[in-house]
Amino acid sequence: MSDWLSQVLATLAAILLGVAGIAGLFLGLDSLVGLLPQRLQPRVRPWAYIGPALLILGFYLVYPTLNTLYLSFLDARSERFVGLQNYLWTLTSPEMHVAFRNNLLWIVLMTTFSVGLGLIIAVLVDRVRYEPIAKSVIFLPVAISFVGASVIWRFVYAYKPANVPQIGLLNAAIVALGGRPIGWLVDTAVNNFALIAVGVWLQTGFCMVILSAALKAIPREILEAARVDGASEWRIFWQITVPMISSTIAVVATTVVINALKAFDIVFVMTNGTRGTEVIANRMYKEMFSFLNFGRASAIAVILLLAIVPVMAANIRRFQAQEEMR
Amino acid sequence: MSTVRRVLERLPLHLAVIGLCLIWLLPTVGLLVSSFRPKDAVFATGWWTVFRFPLDFSQFRLDNYIQVLTAQGLGRAFLNSLTIVIPSTVIPITIAAFAGYAFAWMNFPGRQVLFVIVVGLLVVPLQMTLIPLLRIYNRVGFSGTFLGIWLAHTGYGLPFAVYLLRNFFGSLPKDLFEAAYLDGASPLTAFTRLALPLSVPSLASLAIFQFIWVWNDLLVALIYLGGTEKVAPLTLRLSAMVQSLGQDWHLLTAAAFVSMAVPLLVFFTLQRYFVRGILAGSVKG
Repeated sequence: MSDWLSQVLATLAAILLGVAGIAGLFLGLDSLVGLLPQRLQPRVRPWAYIGPALLILGFYLVYPTLNTLYLSFLDARSERFVGLQNYLWTLTSPEMHVAFRNNLLWIVLMTTFSVGLGLIIAVLVDRVRYEPIAKSVIFLPVAISFVGASVIWRFVYAYKPANVPQIGLLNAAIVALGGRPIGWLVDTAVNNFALIAVGVWLQTGFCMVILSAALKAIPREILEAARVDGASEWRIFWQITVPMISSTIAVVATTVVINALKAFDIVFVMTNGTRGTEVIANRMYKEMFSFLNFGRASAIAVILLLAIVPVMAANIRRFQAQEEMR
Repeated sequence: MSTVRRVLERLPLHLAVIGLCLIWLLPTVGLLVSSFRPKDAVFATGWWTVFRFPLDFSQFRLDNYIQVLTAQGLGRAFLNSLTIVIPSTVIPITIAAFAGYAFAWMNFPGRQVLFVIVVGLLVVPLQMTLIPLLRIYNRVGFSGTFLGIWLAHTGYGLPFAVYLLRNFFGSLPKDLFEAAYLDGASPLTAFTRLALPLSVPSLASLAIFQFIWVWNDLLVALIYLGGTEKVAPLTLRLSAMVQSLGQDWHLLTAAAFVSMAVPLLVFFTLQRYFVRGILAGSVKG
C-alpha cells in the first residue's frame, strides 16, 4: 500500500513540476523584458512570447524533418551516402507494394464510407427528435483510443471452429444465418476490409459532427422553397444540400485522407501487418525498430510527407485567402 | 388516421437511425459486458447470452478488473497516463497562448512568414520526425523520461494550438486592448486579465482535444518511452497485453475498458466543448 502511496505522490509531484515550470518560464521571461529600457521593450517582448513556441517547433518539427530528408540518402546505419537507393527500394520492393496498395485501399474506402455515412447520418438525425442522443452514440468512438478500439473489434471478429459456439458477434450472426464462421483477421480476402471497418467506425462520428454543423447553417427558407416547388427530398439532397456544403465536405474528406495515409495503431495492434495487411506507417516502424534500417525508414517517411505536401499547400493558400478577407 | 399514416411514413427513418446507433454501440457494449464475466463463461458462450437472464447478477464479477489493475500492472500504467497527460496538455496550451497572442496583437518583423510556417507544419506527419529525435533523445538520456514525452507531445500539439488560439485572439475587438493600455495595463496584464478570461471556451475545447489525443496516443509513447515499463502509459500496456494474452478476452476487455474510462468520462461531461473544438479546427469562420 505504501508503494501505491509513493507512486501517487510521485505522480502529483511530476505533474506539479511540469505545470509550475511552464508558468514560471513565461513570468520570468516577461519580468526580464521589464528590466530593459522602456524604449526597447515593445521590440523585445514579442520574441519573449513566441520564442518558446519557435524553439519547440524548430526542434521537434522543422529540424527533424530536414534531418530525415538527409538521412534518407544515407545507408542503414547513416554512415555512407547511397544516393537514391533507399527510394528505389521503397518504390520497387514487394513488401512496399503491398503497403502502397493497402494504403490506397484505406484512403478510398475509409474516406468514402466515413464521409458518406457521416453525411447520411447527419441528414437522417436532423429529422428526429432524439437527435442529440443519436449523435452522441455515433460520436462516442471518437473518444476511444485506436488501441482500445482494436481490442473491441478483435473481440467482434473473434473466430472459433464451426462446431463450437461462437463468442465473436460477427461470426455468431453468420452462423445463426446458416453460414460458416470466417477468420476475419487471417483470411486475406477480407482482413483488410475488416481493419478499415474499424477505422470507419472510429472516424464517422467526427465527419458527422462537422457535416451536421454545416447542414444546420443552410438557410431553412431555401429548403422550404424547394419543397413548396415540389422537389423530392432526394433531389433536394443532391441539388441543394450537397452543393451548399461542398467546401465542408472537402475539408472533412482531406482530414480523413491524411488519417488514412498515416494509419498505424489499428494495424499495429490487430495484425501487425501480417497476411497482406501491411501499411506504410507500420512498415516504417518495422524498418526503424526491427531491422534498424534508418535509411529506408527515412525514405518511407519522406514518401508519406510528399503525399501530404499538396494538402499543406492547399492549407496555406486557404489561410492566405482568409487573411485577405479579414 | 392521418397521424397513423405519418408515423408509418416515418418508420423507415426511425428504423435506419436506431439501426445505425445499435451497430455503433454493440461492439462497445460487448466489451463492457464481457469485462464483468468470469473467464469460463467468456470462453464458452457469447456475451449476448447474459441477456437471457438480465437480472441474474451472479453472472457478473469484478475479478477481471482486480487482476488487470494489480497483477497486470494497469494500476501503475493508469498513474503513468495521468502523469503524462496533464503536463502534456498544460505546457503546449500555455506556450501556444503566449505565441498566439503575440501573433495576433503584437508587431514584429517576420510575423506573417512565421505564422504561415506554423500553418504548413499543421500536417507534417509525425513519422517524419521520429528517427532524428529518437537519436537526440538517446544521446541526452531523454528517452524513457516524463520530461521527454511532455516536450514531444508539446511539439506535436503546438501547430494546431497556436493556429487555433491566434485566430481566436485575433477575433477579439481591438478597442478592448487599446482601452486597457490607456488605463495603464502592461501587455502581460492585458493578456492574462483580458484575453485569457475571454477565451475560456476556446481554451477548454483545445485542452479537451489535446487531453484525449495524448491519452489515446500509442505511437509517440511507443517511440520515446520504448520498453520502459516504469513509465509506460495505458495504451502501451494494453497493446503489449494484446500481443502476450491475445485470446484472454476476460482480461483484455477489462483492460481496454480501464483505458477507455477517462476519455469516456471527459466525453460525457464535456461533450459540448469537445464538439466545439473539432468544429473550430476544421470549419473556418
